[in-house]
Amino acid sequence: MKRLFPVTALIALIAAQLATAGEIWVTNEKDDTISVIDVATLEVVRTIATGERPRGITFSRDYARAYVCASDSDAVQVIDTETGEILHDLPSGEDPEQFVLHPDDRHLWIANEDDAITTVVDTETRRVVAQIDVGIEPEGMAVSPDGKIVITTSETTNMAHWIDTATHGIIANTLVDARPRDAQFSPDGAELWVSSEIGGTVTVFDTATQAETAKIRFAITGVHDDRIQPVGIKFTPDGKTVFVALGPSNHVAVIDAESREVTDYILVGRRVWHMAFSPDKSSLFTTNGVSGDVTVIDVAARKAVRTIKVGRFPWGAATRP
Amino acid sequence: MHRLILILILALAIPAVAARAETRLHATYLRTEQPRPPVLSNLDPVPEDDGPAGARLGQTDNATTGRFLGHSYTLDIVSVPPGDDPLQAARTALAASPYLVLDANAADVTAIADLPEAAGALLFSVAAPDESLRDTGCRANLLHTGLSRSMRSDALMQTLLSKRWTRVALIVGPRPDDGDWAEAMRRSAQKFGLKIVAVKEWSESADLRRSAAAEVALFTQDLPDHDALLIADEADDFARYIAFNTWLPRPVAGSDGLVPTGWSTVVEQWGAAQLQSRFEDLAGRPMRPRDYAAWAALRTLGEAVTRTGSNNPAMLRAYILSDEFELAGFKGRPLSFRRWNGQMRQPVPVVQPRALVAEAPLDGFLHRENELDTLGLDRPESGCTAFGESP
Repeated sequence: MKRLFPVTALIALIAAQLATAGEIWVTNEKDDTISVIDVATLEVVRTIATGERPRGITFSRDYARAYVCASDSDAVQVIDTETGEILHDLPSGEDPEQFVLHPDDRHLWIANEDDAITTVVDTETRRVVAQIDVGIEPEGMAVSPDGKIVITTSETTNMAHWIDTATHGIIANTLVDARPRDAQFSPDGAELWVSSEIGGTVTVFDTATQAETAKIRFAITGVHDDRIQPVGIKFTPDGKTVFVALGPSNHVAVIDAESREVTDYILVGRRVWHMAFSPDKSSLFTTNGVSGDVTVIDVAARKAVRTIKVGRFPWGAATRP
Repeated sequence: MHRLILILILALAIPAVAARAETRLHATYLRTEQPRPPVLSNLDPVPEDDGPAGARLGQTDNATTGRFLGHSYTLDIVSVPPGDDPLQAARTALAASPYLVLDANAADVTAIADLPEAAGALLFSVAAPDESLRDTGCRANLLHTGLSRSMRSDALMQTLLSKRWTRVALIVGPRPDDGDWAEAMRRSAQKFGLKIVAVKEWSESADLRRSAAAEVALFTQDLPDHDALLIADEADDFARYIAFNTWLPRPVAGSDGLVPTGWSTVVEQWGAAQLQSRFEDLAGRPMRPRDYAAWAALRTLGEAVTRTGSNNPAMLRAYILSDEFELAGFKGRPLSFRRWNGQMRQPVPVVQPRALVAEAPLDGFLHRENELDTLGLDRPESGCTAFGESP
């Protein structure tokens, strides 16, 4: 009995690891591939071919399918996550860059960067349901947790467009600083955070009134302000902490969501774009475009612990438990 | 005092945004057509709409943004043939709107800026690289979105220095522009500590399409050893025949080979690919430096209208020259204007025909305020006093 205990404990531990480890899928913009990282071993275990210039990536709710924006192929590709096979393309409008899957698990809202349009596609019928005129170079996409509002940010128009998902009409346009790249709702849906790459700021809005409630600025010793270019935004599930990728400053900022204070800057690879949590949320994976790698951050310790080589110009990242 | 006025102006501007009142801005793109000197090769004709096409894209970008804010934009494009009076065309344009984008040489730009009708107007120069317009010849109502020669030459010298190609020889073409460009390169070489080991005037009159191999080898044979060969040929006349024909195997730079420029088809980072493809869709050809300067001028106006909700030239000028102003210009850093001479700060791509080699300012070229001010006339170097408010 005494001898048996550690063995069962070990088995349980391994089982737990297998069950929770999961994968991080990273799109490589200039390799036309996805690198699949095993969270347990921190190694690339699969490389999946995609269409041209893959950027935005997300999963269906059951994680059986991956959706990938193949920007230069003008398509959203649907990939079988087990086999890595491309099942079919969805009509996406021209140059899809980012998208968001509605909580209904059925409608993809896609930013068409070259066309100043947001396209809504039904993933079941594979038809375009609506196209909405937005500002120039739409990019960042977010959906409120209740599914009622979708946000498109437009990079050259410098706005967040608030779209009513029921009517497909724009209900508000809110100006932000130059070149907005990413938008994220807080987990409770009460706030919208928008990053401005050239402006160097993150703007916080109150969802109910669309009023600006805060503007967050960054300062890193030894890095010129111009190089601090916020892009990807990631909330922890409890909504208390926000990670913001700061592009060519090669740092990720850690923000206390309530006080809006930046508590840490974590050095990662070069030109950091987007981020994904491990399924257990203990680590954060960042895509570093220029250095062609992924940095693994220990979330609790606020430290970079590992670098993983992926394809050329990694851009998007998504978690598959 | 001036600061106070600015704050007041900005404070007044904010309610205008909130009110979302209809604001209209009309601008005129005014080109004085310049006869082009004959050049040896017909391989790269200058497109007829070089400049105006960029303005049209800026106008379209502004209009799309304005749609969401109740702001509308209109643009006239006026081209004055050689021999016609540019001042009359400018007066007509100024009667319709205080916003002029000038595609003209320095003399015409200055004459237009000095018109009584232009007092209180806001002019953008997109095609006059002359240093004097950023120096003692500056005008308070005149901003520059095009590069000065010294911004280009500083960018090139930073690039050469970062490669440790510090001994350079220089070939200067016969036209006045060539002399100005050579002078800019000479000054920048001195500024960054490069050594110009020899200067030769280009005087060959042969048709180099047939005999470049022989002529250029001979012409460059007596140059002392150098790391790179600079060419000053602003009209793109003979420069293209130098590379691969020199006596010593050396890279060429300046007007051919490694070239500092306001814009190029090889610029693709920082979202530039999107601007390139939007421009291609509109004009059916790649974007050129003058197109970029024209686009930036229109977008500067658009950005100022978006942020202030005003179409008043004094208010827009104050906003454009304030610390608040920043334009996303697809060059990786925010673009703004120098308060001492009205020049738009911008990174300068240094390119070869098929790829970006560097983007100036390069790492390591530091400045106490803004690294972009390592390119061109910095505050202490500029003799411009028309922008009196520089602190």
